[in-house]
Amino acid sequence: MSVLERPPTGDASGRGAAFASPKAGDQLTIIEPLIFDSSRPGRRAVRYPSPSSAARAAAADQPQIPETAVRRTAPRLPEVAELDLLRHFNRLSHLNHAIELGFYPLGSCTMKYNPKVNEWAARLPGLADSHPLDPDPLAQGSLELEWLLAELLKELSGFAAISLQPAAGAHGELTGLLMTRAYHRSRGEGEQRTKVLVPDSSHGTNPATATMVGYTAVTIPSNPRGGIDLDALRAALGLDTAALMITNPSTLGIFEDQIDQVVAAVKEAGAIAYMDGANLNAILGRFRPGEAGFDVMHFNLHKTFSTPHGGGGPGAGPVGVSERLAAFLPSPLPVLAVGDPDEVRSNAWSGRPTPAARFALEEPGARPTTIGKVRAFTGNFGMFVRAYTYIRSNGGDGLREVSDDAVLAANYLRVRLADAFDLPYDRICKHEVVFSGRRQKRQHGVTTLDIAKAILDHRIHPPTIYFPLIVEEALMIEPTETESLETLDSFVEIMHGIASLAETAPDELKQAPRTTPVGRLDEAAAARRPDLKHDFVTASTAPSVHQELVDRPQAAGKG
Amino acid sequence: MSYSPHTAADRERMLAAIGVESVDDLFADIPAAVRATRFDLPAPLTEQEVRAELARLAGQNRIPRVSFLGAGAYRHLVPAVVSEVIGRAEFSTSYTPYQPEVSQGTLQSIYEFQSLICELTGMEVASASHYDGATATAEAALMACRLTGRHQVAVSTAVNPQVRRVLATYCAGPGVEIVEVPADLSEGRTGLTDLEAAAVAVTDDSACLIAQQPNMFGGIEPMAELADAAHAVGALMVAVVEPTSLALLAAPGSYGADIVAAEGQPLGIPPSYGGPYVGLMAARMESVRQMPGRLVGATRDGQGRKGYVLTLQAREQHIRREKAASNICTNQALCALAAATYLSAVGPQGLREVADLSATQARHVAAAIESAGLGERRFSAPYFAEVAIRVPDATGRHAALAEQGIVAGYPLGSDYPQLADTLLLAATELTTDADIEALIAGLESTR
Amino acid sequence: MSTTPPDDRRYSREHEWVRVEGAVAMIGITSFAADELGDIVYVELPEVGARLTQFSSFGVVESVKAVSDLFAPVSGEVAEVNGDLRTSPELLNTDPFGSGWIAKVTLGDPAEMDKLMDAAAYAELTAG
Repeated sequence: MSVLERPPTGDASGRGAAFASPKAGDQLTIIEPLIFDSSRPGRRAVRYPSPSSAARAAAADQPQIPETAVRRTAPRLPEVAELDLLRHFNRLSHLNHAIELGFYPLGSCTMKYNPKVNEWAARLPGLADSHPLDPDPLAQGSLELEWLLAELLKELSGFAAISLQPAAGAHGELTGLLMTRAYHRSRGEGEQRTKVLVPDSSHGTNPATATMVGYTAVTIPSNPRGGIDLDALRAALGLDTAALMITNPSTLGIFEDQIDQVVAAVKEAGAIAYMDGANLNAILGRFRPGEAGFDVMHFNLHKTFSTPHGGGGPGAGPVGVSERLAAFLPSPLPVLAVGDPDEVRSNAWSGRPTPAARFALEEPGARPTTIGKVRAFTGNFGMFVRAYTYIRSNGGDGLREVSDDAVLAANYLRVRLADAFDLPYDRICKHEVVFSGRRQKRQHGVTTLDIAKAILDHRIHPPTIYFPLIVEEALMIEPTETESLETLDSFVEIMHGIASLAETAPDELKQAPRTTPVGRLDEAAAARRPDLKHDFVTASTAPSVHQELVDRPQAAGKG
Repeated sequence: MSYSPHTAADRERMLAAIGVESVDDLFADIPAAVRATRFDLPAPLTEQEVRAELARLAGQNRIPRVSFLGAGAYRHLVPAVVSEVIGRAEFSTSYTPYQPEVSQGTLQSIYEFQSLICELTGMEVASASHYDGATATAEAALMACRLTGRHQVAVSTAVNPQVRRVLATYCAGPGVEIVEVPADLSEGRTGLTDLEAAAVAVTDDSACLIAQQPNMFGGIEPMAELADAAHAVGALMVAVVEPTSLALLAAPGSYGADIVAAEGQPLGIPPSYGGPYVGLMAARMESVRQMPGRLVGATRDGQGRKGYVLTLQAREQHIRREKAASNICTNQALCALAAATYLSAVGPQGLREVADLSATQARHVAAAIESAGLGERRFSAPYFAEVAIRVPDATGRHAALAEQGIVAGYPLGSDYPQLADTLLLAATELTTDADIEALIAGLESTR
Repeated sequence: MSTTPPDDRRYSREHEWVRVEGAVAMIGITSFAADELGDIVYVELPEVGARLTQFSSFGVVESVKAVSDLFAPVSGEVAEVNGDLRTSPELLNTDPFGSGWIAKVTLGDPAEMDKLMDAAAYAELTAG
C-alpha cells in the first residue's frame, strides 16, 4: 500500500524530532505519538512510600511467593513525567469532538448536555469512597440513593419494580430476556417458547441478545407508515413466542400509534412484551410503558438521564418490570428493611432524612426465583448518583419539558430539512427524525457517508448513518432538548449548504473532511491486517526516537 | 431547574414552523387508551437544593476510618492526574467513536489501553473493555465455548463468588453447563484449587477451566499446572487475575492462559459502591474473531497519516445481529481511559511498589494478628495481598468493629459456610501501620 | 461496475459461481456479490475434507460493514482451499472469478449443475 510508505516529515509535538522548518505542504504523519514513545527509563509520575521496617520485619516470617509464580520481566509500562503524561492526554483530547465542543445530533444516542452538578455529586467522597461490600449500616446513603432512584424510575415508567444492576442498555436486554425465560419456565412453557420477535427496524442488540439467551430471533416487517406490521406480528405470534422486543418510539423516531393493539396481541399469545427504552427521552410524562401493559423495559441512564457517554461508556441499563416478572429480578435488590415507604419518599422529596428508616441489600437466597447476578455488586453506582441528581434537578415538570422540547426540536428539523433530503416517513416524529440521502446518491453519486464527512468540517458530529437498516442511505438526526434554536438553525443552514454542494460540486464532498486531524481512514486495511497494539520489538530496534516514530508503518507488515 | 435553552418565543417559532398549535399536537399519535395517567414526581430543585440533597445522602454513608475490605474491589490511591484526565469533557462527553476523524483522542487512548493490557497480561490482543471483571469472565467462558465447540465450563470454587454467580447467569442463557472444581478448604490446608480434582473435573467435554490468580483467599494458585490439566484434554485455560498483582506475579501469557479476564477497578477507579468499573479481557491473536467487544486498530488515511479506527466490527451486534459474538455495545471506555492513564502514571516501578506494599502490609496484618494471639491464618499457601484469618466469633466481631468505623475485611461465611469463622483481610498501598494497630486494638476490645 | 460473468461456469441465486474441470469443481463468489459487500476483509474458509451440501452455508465472508454466509453452489468434499485469501482477502474484490477462488471440491452429483444458471441468466438476474 503506497500510502504507508509516504515519508513523513515530523511529529506534532516536536519532541525528539530533529529540527526542521515547516514548509508549505508538509504533512504530519503522526498526529500525537503513542505514550510509549515518550517513555525514558527512570522517569515517573507517581511515587509511593516505602514499607516501614516494622512492616518488613513482620512480613518476613510469613510465607513468601514461590519463585515459580514470580514474574520474570517487568511489564513495559511507559515511564513518563506527570507533565508529559498530562500533555499527551490533553493533546489527545483535542482530537475529539464532544458535546461540550459542539452539536452532536447522533440519532438513537441522546447526546444531551451532561450537567456539571451531576459530576460534582458523583465525586463526593461519601459516595465515591463507598465500598460495595461495606456492611449495610455503613452504606445507608448508597442504599437509600439506589432505593430512591428505583422509586423515581418506577413512577416515571409505570413499572412495578426495578433492578439497577445492568451496566448498559444491551445488558438490560440480556437481563430482560433472562427474566422472560425464567417466567415461561415457571409456567412450564420454557421448552415451547423459543422465539423472540423483533421488528426489522430494531437495534442490532435485540437479535444479538435473543441469541445470547438461547432464543431464535424472528424479524417482523414494518408497515408503509413506519410502524410494526400488525398483521405480520399477529401471524408470527403463537405458542412458540417468548417475547416481542419493540423500540418505542421506533428507531425511525415514530411512536407506534397502534401500540395498545401490539401489546394486547402479545399478551393474548401468552408472550412477554419487552420495550427497548433507548428512546424514552421522547415520551417522559406522556407515555408510561408499564402502565400501557409492557412487562419489561430497560432504561439507558446515559441517554435519557444525562450521564456522560464517556467515549463509549460507562452507561447504566436498569430494567423495570411488571408484577409478573418482579420475582425474577436480579439479586440483590436494595430494600427498605425498616420504615414506611411513603414517609421515606416524602421526606426525601423535601430533602429530609427519615431517621427510623433502615435500608439493606436483600439477603442471599431471599428470592429463590431470581435469575441471579448479571454483574458484580449492585450496578454502575456512579451513574445512579448522576441520574438521581438529574431527575431531582428537573423534577416532574422539568422531565416533561425535556421530552416536549426534544420532540419539538426534532420536528422543527424535520420540517426545515424536508426540502433538502428525502423523508421516507413524512409524519410527526418524536425525539429524532430519519432522512434518506438516496436522492443525493442517485442523482449526484454523493453517499450519506460523504454527507456525514462533510458535516465534520463544520465542527458538528454527524447524525447516525446507515441505520435503521430499512431506510436507504439513512441519516438519523436527534437534536435533543438542550440545543438552542440558533444551533438548530445553523445546522439547518449547513445541511442545506451540503445538499446544494451535492448538486453543484459532488467531488468536493468526496474529499471531506478536510479540517479534521486525519482524513478518511483505511478501514479495510485495518481489518485485513489488524494492528491492535503497540509493537515494542520494532520500536526498540529503531535507530532513534524520531526514526522510530516516523518509520514505523507496521500496519503493512503485521498480522 | 431545567437545562432547556428555549424561550417562550423560541418555542412559538418552532411550533409555527412545524404548523401545529401546541406541543400536545406532537403527541397526538399516542393512543388515548395508553396515555400516561400520572407522573407524580417531586418538584424541581435548584442547584443549591440538589447539592444539599446529595450531600445529605453522602452523609448517610459512614466511610470507615480503617478498612481491610477487598474481595473484588480495592481502595487504592487514585492519582490526581487520573481524575483530571477522565474529567476532561472532550473524553467524557463524546460517545462511541463512530466517526474516527473526530474521535482520534478516544481511539488512540483505547489503542494504548489495549497495548497496556497486553503488556501486563503477556497476551496478544486485548478488547476495548467490558462492564466489569465478572462479566468479562462470563464472556470469556462463552468465548471458550465458541472456540472449542464445547458446552461445559469448569470453574474453581476459589474464584470470587460474585464472579461465579455472574458466570452462572450468563451460562444459563445458552445452556452451558458449569462444573465446579473444589478448592482444598479443609483445616490447615492450602486453600488452593485441588489439582487432582481439576484433572478429574476437566474432561474432553470442557470448553475451559477457569481459575483465579491470586484466588478468592489471596492464595497463589499453581496456574501452570492448572493450565496443563486443561490443555491435556483440549480445553482452554481462562485466568482471572488482579491487575496490580501482575507487577509481581507471572503474566498469564507465560503460564499458558488462553483467555485472561480481570476487574480493572484497582487501576485508578474509586470503589464507588460497585461501579462503574472496567472489565479487562485479553487473548491470543488466533482467537480474535471470537472475541466479544470493541477493538481499535491502527491504519492510515489517504495522505499517509496514522490514525485509529474501530475494527473487526463484523464480530459485533450492529453488523452480525443474531450471529454476533456478544450483544455488548456500550462498554466502559472512560474507565478504560482511567486505567490507561493510571498505568502510564505509575509506570513499571510504581506498579511494582503498589504490589510490594500491598503484599507486605497483608503479611504485616497476618503477622500482627497471629502474634497478638487474636487469630491465625486459615490456609497454608503463600498469598498476595489478601489473607484469610480465622477469628473466633468472626461475624459478631466484624459487626462490632464496623460500629467503631473499622471494617475488618470480608466475612467469608456467607459465601463459604465452612469458613464461617474466617475473615478475608485485604491490604493495599494505602494500608498504614496505624491502620493495622487500630485493627488489632479493635479486635482486642472485642475479645 | 461488476465484471461480466464469464460463460465458462454456472451461477447460483446466492451469487456463487462454480466451474467444473473433470471431477473437480472450483467455487467462488461473483464480482456482483463482491461489489455489494464492499471491501472484503476476511474469509472464513471451510476445512479440507469438509462435506458441502448444495445451497447450504459453508463459510462466511466479511467486509468492513457487512457479513454474509457463503452458500455452496454444489455438493461435494472440499479438496483444496485458497490459502491466499487468509492473507489477501482483497483478492475477492480484485479478481473474484480468478485468483479469488475460494475452494475446490470433488463434485458429488453432476446433476446439481442443472439447478444453476448460465452466465446470461445470471447477468439478467443481477441487471438493474
